[in-house]
Amino acid sequence: MTVTGFVTIDGVRKRWSPAVTVGPVSLEIARGEIVALLGPSGSGKTTVLRLLAGFETPDAGRIAIADEDVTALPPARRRCGMVFQHYALFPHLDVGENVAFGLRGHADPGRKAGEVLKLVDLTGFERRKPHELSGGQQQRVALARALAPEPRVLLLDEPLSNLDPSLRERTRRELRAVIKRVGITTVFVTHEQEEAFDLGDRVGVLNRGRLEQVGTPDDLYERPASLFVATFVGRANVLQGATARALGGSDGQVLVIRPEQLRFTDGGLPGLVRERRYTGAAAYYQVETEGGDRLEVVADPGAARVGDRVYVAALRVLAFREGRE
Amino acid sequence: MNSRLRPADRAAPGYRPMPSRDVSRILPRLGLTLLLAWLVLYPILVAVADAARGDALGTFVSRTGEWAALWASIWVSLASVVLAAAIGVPLALLFDWLDFPGRKTLGSLVALPAVLPPFVGVIAFLFLYGESGFVARAVQAVFGLNQAPWRLQGAGAILLVHAYSMYVYFYLFTRAGLAKLDASLIEAAQALGAGRWQVLFRVTLPLLRPALAGAALLVFMTALGSFSAPYVFGGGFRVMTTQIVATKLNGELPLAMVETVALALVAVVGLAVLRRTEGDDPLTALGKGTAPRRRAIRRPGVRGLATAAGWLLAALLLLPHLTLALVSLVPYGSWTTEAVPPVLSLVNYERLFDEPERLRPLVNSLWMAAVSTLAALVLALAAGALVGRRRPGGRGGWRGRGGPFRGPIEALVALPWALPGTVFAIALAATFSVSSPLTLHWILVGTVILLPLAYLVRNLPITGRAVLAGYRQLDPAFEEAAASLGAGRWATFRRVTLPLLRPALAAGASLAFVTALGDFVTSIVLYTYDNRPISIEIMSSLRVSELGVAAAFGVILMVVSAVVLGLGARR
Repeated sequence: MTVTGFVTIDGVRKRWSPAVTVGPVSLEIARGEIVALLGPSGSGKTTVLRLLAGFETPDAGRIAIADEDVTALPPARRRCGMVFQHYALFPHLDVGENVAFGLRGHADPGRKAGEVLKLVDLTGFERRKPHELSGGQQQRVALARALAPEPRVLLLDEPLSNLDPSLRERTRRELRAVIKRVGITTVFVTHEQEEAFDLGDRVGVLNRGRLEQVGTPDDLYERPASLFVATFVGRANVLQGATARALGGSDGQVLVIRPEQLRFTDGGLPGLVRERRYTGAAAYYQVETEGGDRLEVVADPGAARVGDRVYVAALRVLAFREGRE
Repeated sequence: MNSRLRPADRAAPGYRPMPSRDVSRILPRLGLTLLLAWLVLYPILVAVADAARGDALGTFVSRTGEWAALWASIWVSLASVVLAAAIGVPLALLFDWLDFPGRKTLGSLVALPAVLPPFVGVIAFLFLYGESGFVARAVQAVFGLNQAPWRLQGAGAILLVHAYSMYVYFYLFTRAGLAKLDASLIEAAQALGAGRWQVLFRVTLPLLRPALAGAALLVFMTALGSFSAPYVFGGGFRVMTTQIVATKLNGELPLAMVETVALALVAVVGLAVLRRTEGDDPLTALGKGTAPRRRAIRRPGVRGLATAAGWLLAALLLLPHLTLALVSLVPYGSWTTEAVPPVLSLVNYERLFDEPERLRPLVNSLWMAAVSTLAALVLALAAGALVGRRRPGGRGGWRGRGGPFRGPIEALVALPWALPGTVFAIALAATFSVSSPLTLHWILVGTVILLPLAYLVRNLPITGRAVLAGYRQLDPAFEEAAASLGAGRWATFRRVTLPLLRPALAAGASLAFVTALGDFVTSIVLYTYDNRPISIEIMSSLRVSELGVAAAFGVILMVVSAVVLGLGARR
């Protein structure tokens, strides 16, 4: 395998117990790229991040940064900046001291810390203690602290999970802006698809310790490589048997159909509208087929009412072999 | 660069080369386990071996005095638990329920007995309630009696001192438990129609069970190991601790070993039984709720009564301290039959600080307490750093870091707490009195080293508990954050771990220091003339009737203890 990426994860494996193994995971990350690791809890995404940071040592495989094998390098010498889920701001130090913590040996730590704080728009907060800051400000201090020593790679562990939902979207955009301005290669972990799609140039989907697919958000949604990716990313109707066959599938196939790829038509699969959920621009309809399957259809708010008999047809289906994820 | 994980390794999945890191992980842990075992377990084993030798066991079994002392130890300890609970728990509940003038001040005064080292508390009681103490003299003067109205002696006297000094545990544990109590649980009970008493017996007290069991355990162990009160007030009434020391003074060493082992066994069984009642801590906060409102006493009469009762109690608690201070001002020979000392002066203190030889015990106690505390702190930090860390990783609950050494190290650190001080003193004396390869041929009996070594062993559980708790509360992300910012292991420890552990270190160190400073139990067995500590000097002063000097030393001990504890409790 030729090394092309700035960060190379090559066949890395970590075994926690006989039943819980992460990997082997292989991933190439280009310089300046933002990669999101997306997956349900326990899928191993945080393990991959911690392996990159050096907090865990892999049982097998190799990790390289800028062509340097860092597999056995301790965290202190990897030059990976990390933003922790709960930020881990040192409570006994003020903001300025926190940001300057990694600047030992720097010519002018105070000035550098000031610069980085300016980058995250926290100029003048140097003498505050972490507990005097709001959640969003703490998150930005954590980011500034990680960026101050000019690391080669930035690692973020669920960077937005500690914030109010109302704050998240704005913080997400600011975070992406700062990362792109610095131009640093970034890996972050999240279990929220929206976050991954919004922040990541590419998204890696993890399931049970395996990297199922790595691609752009469009790729993952339009061309999922596995049934798991198809159902984990975006809303999906998963169909088998008679209903699947009626919508264009064949024997032994599992069909995944996005709600917006189903339409009410004059002829097609017959069903009964059981529920209607109005969202403004459109409505989600729960349609029960004669076989008892439930389909979710996105359509015009006026397309049907609860209790109506309708016919459903699929514009586009994703077919997977049965019994395989 | 490391070549461990070259492609060759990948070719064989599951193959993991024996990394040198495993050795470097195991060695320090093994080393610490062995060091601790040598320090706290080996002396006990030596004592057991000595006890099994010869026919001392037969002597022990056949003497009724031995059985009487053993039984006395047990029932006095149990009675101490009951008395301490009977005072401490209602007091804590009252302070929690009622509001009256001076409540805050009183609430902290109530913990005052804690700053009296056991032996100092005992002599304060002697000065106060003893047959020639203030109270007895006052009664004598009022009623014109020829003799002292009572003798402060026997089991009753011991229990009086125990109740006074140990109710604090119940008081503090109950207050802490009440503070942790989720108020919404009480509100829920009230909403279901439970009245005040029903809430108390059906909700509050059951929820306080772990706190009460913890206090009961602490009181039982303290009372079982108590030496000062039985030594001074026991008279013919012997408990195991005084019996051991008496036997040793008689020169019946093998019998003293058997007695030591018997006391240790009672302690271990008591610990096991009481531990069982502790159960799991159900006091995990469910919701926030509002703290239950204290009921202000409105009726002026009741209010006045409550206030008066409160201050009377405070006076009662403060009397020993005041007595000590007063007696320390009495010059030698100036106080004979008067109810109140006729002359007061600072002469005792002046003499203390004028004559270096008189100050020696204070200097001895200070250096021995400091050195033993420091060493216990270092050992506790080593234990914490090696096996006390919480597992990293937020949600996953990843597999342990402590490894197989965690259990043994934690048990060894806690062991000295489970055994009375007399047991360790005797065991250490036995261990270091013969030249053996396992003691590195050190014969420490008769040297100044043995006593601070004993203090160290006794301090280990105190610092260990504090530091291990500190480590458990430490979010591993802090140390990882420091590492990811380029700080090496030592820099991380110095710049992050140590500052974060500071409150735990201060609390553990101050308590250990004060315990060692006021120690009497181990000192009386192991002191030499060159390292005689304050408590021994107090005892010698009492022997030659220099009450004022003894009290002056007591006051100094009390003040230093209070200051150190105050510093340790500062956030």
